Parts: sequence; structure tokens; C-alpha cells
Amino acid sequence: MAIVGYLIRRLLTGAIVVWVVATVTFFLFFARPVQTVARQLAGRAATPQVINEVINNLGLNDSIMTQYWHFLDNLLHGNLGFSYFTGVTVDQMLKQDLPPTVSLVLGATVLWLVFGLSVGIISATRARSVFDRVASVGVLVGLSMPTFVVGELLVGFVFQPLYSGGFHWINTGYAGITSGIGPFVGHMLLPWITLATVQAAIYTRLSRGQLLETLGEDYIRTARAKGLSERRVVFRHAVRAALTPVVSQLGVDIGQLLGGVVVVEQVFGLGGIGQTSIQAVGNDNLPVIIGFVIIAAVFVVLANIIVDLVYAALDPRVRIT
Amino acid sequence: MSILEEAGFDAQQAADNLESARSVQGRTQLQLTWRRLRNDPVSMIALAVIILMVIAAIAAPAVAALTHHAVDTAYPDTGEDASGNPVGPGVAGFLLGTDSTGRDLLVRVLYGARISLFVGVVSTLIAIVLGVSIGLIAGYFGGIIDTILARFTDAVLAFPFILLAIALATVFGPSLTLIMVLITFFSWAGIARIVRGQALSLKEKEYIEAARSLGAGPFRIMFIDILPNLLAPVLVVGTLLIPAAIVFESTLSFLGLGIQAPTPSWGNMLSDASNFYQVAWWYVVFPALFLLITTLAFNLLGDGIRDAMDPRTERLIAARRLRRRGKRKARAVTVQAQQPGK
Amino acid sequence: MAAERGDDVLVRVENVVKYFPVKAGGFIRHTVGHVHAVDDVSLVIEQGKTLGLVGETGSGKSTLARCVAGLIPVTKGKVIFNGTEITKLSRSAMRPLRREVQMIFQDPYSSLNPRRRVGAIIGDPFAIHKIATGAERKRKVQELMERVGLNPEHFNRFPAEFSGGQRQRIGVARALALRPKLIICDEPVSALDVSIQAQILNLLKDLQAEYGLSYLFIAHDLEVVRHVSNKVAVMYLGRVGESAPAEDLYDKPRHPYTVALLSAAPAADPDTAAARQRIILVGDVPSPIDPPAGCRFHPRCPKAQEICARVEPALVRDPGKEPEGESATDVPGGWAHVTACHFPVVPGENLATAGAAVPASITASPAKSPAKSAVNSAAKEELS
Repeated sequence: MAIVGYLIRRLLTGAIVVWVVATVTFFLFFARPVQTVARQLAGRAATPQVINEVINNLGLNDSIMTQYWHFLDNLLHGNLGFSYFTGVTVDQMLKQDLPPTVSLVLGATVLWLVFGLSVGIISATRARSVFDRVASVGVLVGLSMPTFVVGELLVGFVFQPLYSGGFHWINTGYAGITSGIGPFVGHMLLPWITLATVQAAIYTRLSRGQLLETLGEDYIRTARAKGLSERRVVFRHAVRAALTPVVSQLGVDIGQLLGGVVVVEQVFGLGGIGQTSIQAVGNDNLPVIIGFVIIAAVFVVLANIIVDLVYAALDPRVRIT
Repeated sequence: MSILEEAGFDAQQAADNLESARSVQGRTQLQLTWRRLRNDPVSMIALAVIILMVIAAIAAPAVAALTHHAVDTAYPDTGEDASGNPVGPGVAGFLLGTDSTGRDLLVRVLYGARISLFVGVVSTLIAIVLGVSIGLIAGYFGGIIDTILARFTDAVLAFPFILLAIALATVFGPSLTLIMVLITFFSWAGIARIVRGQALSLKEKEYIEAARSLGAGPFRIMFIDILPNLLAPVLVVGTLLIPAAIVFESTLSFLGLGIQAPTPSWGNMLSDASNFYQVAWWYVVFPALFLLITTLAFNLLGDGIRDAMDPRTERLIAARRLRRRGKRKARAVTVQAQQPGK
Repeated sequence: MAAERGDDVLVRVENVVKYFPVKAGGFIRHTVGHVHAVDDVSLVIEQGKTLGLVGETGSGKSTLARCVAGLIPVTKGKVIFNGTEITKLSRSAMRPLRREVQMIFQDPYSSLNPRRRVGAIIGDPFAIHKIATGAERKRKVQELMERVGLNPEHFNRFPAEFSGGQRQRIGVARALALRPKLIICDEPVSALDVSIQAQILNLLKDLQAEYGLSYLFIAHDLEVVRHVSNKVAVMYLGRVGESAPAEDLYDKPRHPYTVALLSAAPAADPDTAAARQRIILVGDVPSPIDPPAGCRFHPRCPKAQEICARVEPALVRDPGKEPEGESATDVPGGWAHVTACHFPVVPGENLATAGAAVPASITASPAKSPAKSAVNSAAKEELS
């Protein structure tokens, strides 16, 4: 069961990474003059009393190592701190903010994977055709567009005209699945498209390039020479080999996806983790930022592990080493 | 003695003469790449656009002086209409209109170009120097050094940069220096990974072994023997890093983590503009247009360079030339055929 | 006469062993075995002379060459160059010695950096050891180019613009630059066409005569080695099987492996070729990770007996011959004819009748190995 061993190894490495991130975050924020830290923890609107309360509650006058142990201890118990600015604990805030972010990420991922890979595969099998050329132009434009520009353009030129024309299904802001599938999709559609655009371009180009290279390999010629239908050749043999680099690229991109999430939430007012943290920066609300950093790190590590598992499932060579 | 030799024909001498007559200078890879690049119309247009953008950026102060509109000064009397909204392009001497506070949009966009190009190019250059050095050291020395450096590189590559941007902006406050440090920090890893891969495979080559047997030290081997073989991938990645850096800077400025108002950056202009698109479409469109054109141009150029570095492109160019010649010939033949013998 | 006797020994290789660890994966990579690339080899190379080193792939000759050049560290043993033991030296201490020992590599296409100009490549030794710069360096490089038969005006060209033979000349020029004492030639002509091979070999001989160079010449083609070598050593699976002055080896080979190799060399005259008994060895070269017990050659040897599977034969001087020099007589590379075999081939013996030989004109698959049957019958005798 080599794959179990692999999984254990990756989980251990992942745990170490999260620990490193937590430590770096801690020292980055807390290894500064007590007053500065306290003020930031208390939030922008804090009075001197609140600041003193913060200093006492969090033991900011203790030695840095004592504080560090407390910090780690709290983390392991799931306690991410208290936002003095909003008056709620950080994990409460995160719980509220999780659904929009997760919906956004999952929906967009499905969208750009499906779209990107299929366009890429079709382009590769019909290289240099009209479809391919149009797709290439689309890819280049998509690559050159920052996410926020796409978002703004969609808001300004799709949402606005539709909305003022009385078509209210497409909307900004967030509506959870609990309010019904219709409103959910209506609110999420434009954000999904925004987040997916750049990624789809990247993956179209990547899968097209990989598939083209694979299709030129000798074992594909052998398959054709054996008389297999083109469809079988492409789907049973070529795509699998071409997909492995795409999957590994996915692992790298997961981290960058978070950036896109923040932007999209900001543009469409989705109120997820990203938007909250941007507001926190503006309000000097440190506990929220710390919570966000650590949650994000955990997310990235988990996503990477999943991607690595998929990669190991696709490519048997990985498990053996 | 052969007949030729009897006649005094020295074959070797003739061959040598012919060779000397031709150029004795071999063409470097860069020269060959440039030749191929010249033949690609798309890349040439992209290059022209970039050069124009650079000129425009440099000329920003001149434009400000010409229009008598300073970059940070609002002109409410001429720049805003009765209800306090910005005026459109071409109105009252504002070539591209004004922004939300009545400042000249053209001037601000050009100053924004300075920021974007400066940040994009300089960060990328520093990132290249860093990335190549680290990649070479990791790839050549191998062993524990490589393991540490490679893991570090991978960690940086996978790191969500927005996270760090948010964290650092909180601690240090947003600024131009912060952005450049951030962008450089996240750009070098891509180059380092590629350079490391190449160095790992190149160091097994016999000419590296030959250099070691001559007594060359590791740094000489890395920078004189391995580095010239890395030009191609580094150049391609570098050219593609610049638009990524520009996008990154504008995204950060858009979120308020980067260049702060009143200094104009395409990103923070677009952030402000998002509140005004109903009354001032030009405020959204022009910065976005400049941003898109610049990014697109760099991407196209990068693609073009990648194709130009690939020796297979020669065949494509030759094939294209043959096809064109073939078409011309065919046309000439049909013209002749259509003229019945008089 | 002193030159004839060859008393000055330039390089002494003493009991060099080189093992490469074989690692397996799993959570922690650990060593599961060793590749016995070079297993206790001793050699001498005499001043101004050429020692030819012959063997199949996997015999360890390239590894040994790199040990002698100081490019890889030895696992055990010593290499003494001109009185200095180089195996113990640090990299910086080795540096001045690198001027004395140079290498010419096998593949003319990958031994030159494709992105550098030929003048820079040949000028590398001068640059590295800070001997000449600028115009002076250029002059020396062009002199070298001319000496090896290249047009000095091609100084600024890239290796891709030269033919294989010319590239090998570039390699020779680079090796020659600092007037080394020893040049190790690792299969320098294997990748070249036959007609070009002759040119390069002649060039090497000329240079040796002109500059008093010593060569360690490695090859797998016996005819090539014969042309350039004074002494020849034959390696098999990390050990030296036989060593002798060139003519002795070719006229009177004693080790069965040598005999088989010589019989496989193509003969120009078709009649000679047909009449010659080809000795076809059965089986492949065993893996150097797990060499056979006793004599390493015994599984393929047409003369193998029971003792060959148990006892490793030592290098023994040919009893009927008096050495012509006194230096290092029993060490391969010296003037003696030494063989490591329990049953060396005597002149006139026909290995074909030992049971495994197949005449060259018949291409039937070889019969069952007589070595195995010899061992089997011996074992049966013991049991009964």
C-alpha cells in the first residue's frame, strides 16, 4: 500500500508547513513594541482602556516565547482570537465567511477545469484550425486580463444594464444555497466566470501544449498504427499522459487562487474570507488577519495534498519513489 | 598523380580559400533568435507597442506641461460639469476626460504607466538575477544544498502572495518599496525552478566534466559554462514575468494594498473608477485599456520570443516562403494560360 | 637504452577500489548494495609511453580513468602521480596538478560546450590557470589549432560548425594547451568514422613524439589500441585479466577472454576470416553489483574448471619470459606479461576444441557452456 505511506508522508509535511506558517505569522506580528501590537489587536477605534484590556488579556507583557506557547496552544484548541473591533470571536467571523468563499472556489474550479481542459483538448486535436486560432487569441486575451478588470467589466457592462433593465436574477452580493438554487446561481454566476477566466486561459494553453506534445510521441503513433479509432487514441492514451503536468500545475496554482478569491469577493461584495480580511487591513484589525492567514495556509496545504494524491493516482511512478 | 593535381589544382587550398572568404564569425543564439523574431509580424507589433508605451511613460511630465494639467491637481472649474461629475474625453482640453475629482485623466494614466513599467521591469530584473543565482547553485551543487533550496523554491511558488501582501501591508503599511519587494519575492521562484532543472541536467554533460578536469572551480563552471545554455528559457520566462508583475501591482493597488492615492497607478485608478462607471465610463475604460494593451503586448512578445528560440521555427518560416512563392508562380501561370496565344 | 627499458614511472595506481552505492527508496533512502566498478586494480604508466586499456562496457575502464584523473574519489587504494599521492589531495591542492593531467573525451558532440566559441573553449586552460590573457592567449590558441590541424581563423566559430573529426581535434587542442605530462584518452575515436579515426590516432602519435606525452588510452576496439599502445591491459568486470607489451599480447594472448576478444576482431582478408575459429562467449557480462565468485570470467570461460568458481586467480608473470626492465615488473603496465588465470592458454592450444568454439562461417547458436558441464561433473564426482 505504497499510497498510504505516501499519504502519511504528505500529511506530516503539510503539518510542518502549517506550523512554519503559524510561527512566521506569529513572529511577524507579535515581535514588535507592545503598544503597536496592542493597538493593532484592539482595532482602529480602540480607546486606551481597551488597549490595556488587550495587553492584559493576551499577556502581551510576557516574554515573547511565553506568548508563542500560548499562541500555539490556542491554535491547537481551535481558538483564533477575538476581534475587538467587531466584538465577535474570529472563528465566528470565519464561520460566517466560509460559505461564500467555498462556493466561489468550488464553482469556479469546476467551471475553469471543464472549460479550460475541453477547449485545450479540442484545440490540440484540431491544431491550426479556425477553432484553434480563435481559441489561441481568446487565451492570450484572458491571460492578459487581471481578475479585477474582468470583474469590473462584468459588473459594469453585464450586471448594470441587466439590472436596470429589470432582469434581477443576476445580482451582486451573496445568497446561500439555503435561499434556493436559483438565487444562489444568480448571485454566483458572474463571480464564477470572473475567477474562472484567467485560470481557464492558463489551463487551455497548458493542456493544449501538453496534449500536442503527447500526440507526437511514438507510442501514440503505435496506437494509431494498431488501428485504434482516433477518439480512443486521444482519450484512453494521450489525455492521461498529458494531464499529469496539468495536475501538478494545479497544485502550484491553488495558492494563487486565493489571490483571485480576494479580488472577486471585493468586486462583487460577496463578503467571504477575502473581503473580510481586506477590510481588516483597513481597520487595523489584526486578529482577523492572523486567523485568515492560518486558515488560508491550512487550505493551501490540504488542497496540495489532494492534488498530490490525484497526481499519484494518475502517475504510478510517483508512488514508487 | 591525378589529372587535377597535375594541373596544379590544390583541393585543400581551394577549400580553405572558400571558407575564409565566408564570414568567420559564427552567429550567436541571440542573433539567430532576433533574425527569426524580425520575421514575425505579431511580435514586431507587440515590440513597437511596448516601445511606444515606454516613450509615453517617459514623456508623462512633458504631456503634463503641454496640457498645463499637473498630475495631482484637481481642476474643478474646467474638469467637472455642473453636477460635479467628471467631464468626458475631448471636453475643455482634457483629451481623455477627467477623473472623479477633476484631474486630467490622460496625464494620470501616463504617470500610472511609469509606475507599472518601472515596477514590472525592475522587479523582474532583480528576480531574474536572484532566480538564476539560486537555481544555478541548487542545480550544480546538488545534495543537501539543493534539497534545501529546492524545497524553499517550491514553498515560495505555492505560497499565496495575497496573504503575504495583506500581512506585510498590515505590519509595514503599503508603499512602492513594499510592492517591489513582494513582486520580486514571488517572481524569482519560477525562474529558479527552471534554471535548477536545466542545471541539473546540464551538469552531467561531458563538457562540464571536461571543465572540471581542467581545474575550473564551481563558480566558473556555473556562470561561464552552464549559464550561456540557459539563455533561452530565462529570456522567455523573464519576458512573461513582466506582465505578471504589472498585473500583480495593479491588483494590489486596486485592493488598497499597493500604491496609495493620490499617486496614480492603473490599479488604484480602476478601484476609484468602479464607483463612477455609471457617470464616467472613460474613467474605467482608459486605464483598463492601457493596462490590457501593455500586458497583452508583453505576453505576445514573450510568446514570439519563445517561438523564435525554437529552431523548428526555421522550417515554418521556410515553408511559408515556399508557399508564397508557389502561389505567385501559380498566379503567373494562370495569367499566361488565360492569354490565348496571339 | 634507458628509454627502452622505461624505468621512469609517471603514474602508479595501487590497489584502487571504487564502489558506487546503490540506493533504494522508501521513506529514508538507504544503501542496498554496491556497484563494484573497479575492484583492486594496480597499474603503472611509464613516462613517454602509452598504456592501452581494453574492456567491454561495464569493465570499469572509464571509472578507473576518472580515478586516475582525480575526477572521482577512490573508495580504497592510491593513485600516485609523479611521486605525489593525488588520492588524498583537496580540490585546491589538486589544481596545480590538473595542468599535468588532461583528458580527451569520447563524444565529440557533447564534450564541447555548444554555446561557446571554439577559441574560448581551447583558451579555457589558460584562463583557469591564469597563464595568458588577451592577445597572448589568442596567439597560443591559434598556435594550438594549427598544430592539431585546424584552421586558426576559425577561432570564433561554434562547435556546431565543425565535423566530428574536427571537434575531436578541438578536444585534443584543449587537452594539449598546458603541455601536460599525461593525457587520458577515453575512447577518443569510438564515435568517429574509420577514416577519421586514423587521422586522429596519427595526430596523437605525432604529438606524443613531439612533446614526450604519456597516454592512458582507453578503448574497446583492439585494433585501434594496437596501433597506439606500447603496453596493453585487458580489464574484465573491474579487474585486470591480462597485461603485456602490445606485440606480446597480440601474438601470444594467454587469458581466455583476451583470446576471445582477439578472435572477434574483424580480419581484412576474407580467407583468413573464414579459416579463423571464432570463439563465441555464451551469456552476457554479469552485473557488477554481484560479481561471480572466484574468477569473474568463469561463467563464460571455455576452459573453466571447478577451481575457477572458488578461487580468484592472482596476476602471475608469464614463467617463460624474462622482463626487460626492473621497474614494477609484475604490475600491469610494466614490461612483464602477466595474466590472472588458473589455466592460461598456451601457444598452439585451440580453444575451439575446449568445446565452446564455433567456426566463424557457421552462425548457429552456441552449444551449452562447457564451463557449466565441467562444474556440474566435478560437483557430481564430489557427491558420489
